[in-house]
Amino acid sequence: MNLATISIAYLRARKLSTLLVVVLLALGVGTITLLALVSSQIEERMRRDAEGFDLVIGAKGSPMQIILSSIYALDVPTGNIPLAQAEELAKHRMVKQAIPLALGDSYKGFRIVGAPTDYVAHYGGEPAAGRLYAKPMEAVLGATAARTIGLGVGDAFSGAHGLDEGGDTHADKPYTVVGVLGRTGSVLDRLVVTSVDSVWAVHEHAEGIDDPKVAQAEREVTALLIRYASPLAVAMFPRYVNANSTLQAASPAYETARLFSIVGVATDVMRAFALVLIAAAGLSVFIALYQALEERRYDLAVMRTLGASARRVMGLLLFEALLLSAAGTLVGLFLGHLAAEAVGALFREARQADVTGWIWLPEELLIVAAAIAVGVLAAVIPAWRAYRTDIARTLAHA
Amino acid sequence: MFALSGLRHDYAGWRVLDIPDWTVAQGEQWLVLGASGSGKSTLLHVLAAILRPTAGRVEVAGQDLSALGGAALDRFRGRHIGIVLQRLHLVASLTVLQNVQLAQYLAGLPQDAARAREVLAGLGIADKLAARPAELSQGQAQRVAIARAIVNRPQVLLADEPTANLDDGHALEAIDLLAGQAQACGATLLIATHDQRVKARIANHRMLAA
Repeated sequence: MNLATISIAYLRARKLSTLLVVVLLALGVGTITLLALVSSQIEERMRRDAEGFDLVIGAKGSPMQIILSSIYALDVPTGNIPLAQAEELAKHRMVKQAIPLALGDSYKGFRIVGAPTDYVAHYGGEPAAGRLYAKPMEAVLGATAARTIGLGVGDAFSGAHGLDEGGDTHADKPYTVVGVLGRTGSVLDRLVVTSVDSVWAVHEHAEGIDDPKVAQAEREVTALLIRYASPLAVAMFPRYVNANSTLQAASPAYETARLFSIVGVATDVMRAFALVLIAAAGLSVFIALYQALEERRYDLAVMRTLGASARRVMGLLLFEALLLSAAGTLVGLFLGHLAAEAVGALFREARQADVTGWIWLPEELLIVAAAIAVGVLAAVIPAWRAYRTDIARTLAHA
Repeated sequence: MFALSGLRHDYAGWRVLDIPDWTVAQGEQWLVLGASGSGKSTLLHVLAAILRPTAGRVEVAGQDLSALGGAALDRFRGRHIGIVLQRLHLVASLTVLQNVQLAQYLAGLPQDAARAREVLAGLGIADKLAARPAELSQGQAQRVAIARAIVNRPQVLLADEPTANLDDGHALEAIDLLAGQAQACGATLLIATHDQRVKARIANHRMLAA
């Protein structure tokens, strides 16, 4: 017999009310946990994808679209820019590094990116099997892409025109897989990477351009990922690029922040909703204990006659609230992680960002502390009334 | 034992209790008789240390109650005073055994399940240990309440109208149980009642006038 025995006996005697409190709190805590898990992982992932690139140059159009297509492999590109212009920009004195990307084809929904091996190196990609591409029509697969497609070193495949499944295939210009990359936790995991030359070769062949000179003159890249040579470039270089009527400079940091602020509204609304749920749970703890107090006036008075101090009786109610809110919080945490894992599985199917439910965030401690505090605070008034109960008067009115 | 001197209690402007002097030795058994409103319950509450009288000195088991307060008074009550209330007020969500052990736990005494079982067995309800109060008859529930009151071997056992809801046979049996259990642990017994049927069972009577 101890405080817990008594509290649990009381909670079991009021199963429905206990269930209501636990469910409300679990839903609130679960929603907040889910939001925290998913948004932190997506934000972390997007931050990592954009890390190290100061500017992206694409064809004139929406800067957001340029960032989405060339950094995150999500949207379609705004168009292409002539190779000559790209090469000129790459040589600019404010540019330390420029990585050209050639997009346009895909294989089974995974984008084929034409880029120098610098691009793979930027994300820390190293072959887990085989080697990096060296000659035209050689390609490496990102870890997720390789696993999902089911291709390995030595296999051949043909890219399809367009970024979605179902485009015309370039069957007469197949790629050969020469390597599979290890997991990097970046966009690279979901890509098929080859040299820019390979992408050109596929398209020139498709368009029937056989004259190398014509081909050379018409060559284009989709985007140029830029790393500045000096911080001063931030103010000047984008303006210089945008002055060119066919080019558009887009800042990954700025556009990503803008994206988060748009998506953030939805997150804020859901978070507010979860807070309402937690507040409702707090109210239900209050009502449950207040009612319990009415029902238990005599029990509490009898406990006092058996030697329980006023503080012990108050502690009994507070402990009960603590048990209730701890149970709700734990169930909520579990549900939140389970839901995050489910969302992650759904996203993985769509070959988007990897989200898992099996990680812990430091802020979950805050969620736990806040939820339990709400439950216990809701019990303060009933507990205080229990503390103040006049035993003789309660028993006299029995 | 208990000793009262100059005891008065006023409630809402009325004097509900006035006992100039009364001392009862350890182990004695008394009936406090009187009509409703004669202050029987008030006297019991004062002796049970759950009500502070308006004036007077109350000594229970050698302890001046006015010298104790707060948790110390609660602890004293739990260890030295046993109370059987008119409505028994067993804790409905606990089993019979747990209701008895509750008295050990709340008094801050070692939890002795053997002692609790022995007391329940002595009262003839050893087969109801795991039952909830709702499953008991009135007579069985009263035995549990008595067990709960005496499990800590109190020096004073108080009972408020223990026969109010019982038929003749059970009323006498209840008084005998209280008397027997009080004697077994050497407690002073005080039963407040207006039940004329039980007068013959306890020798010492004190009338309270309304």
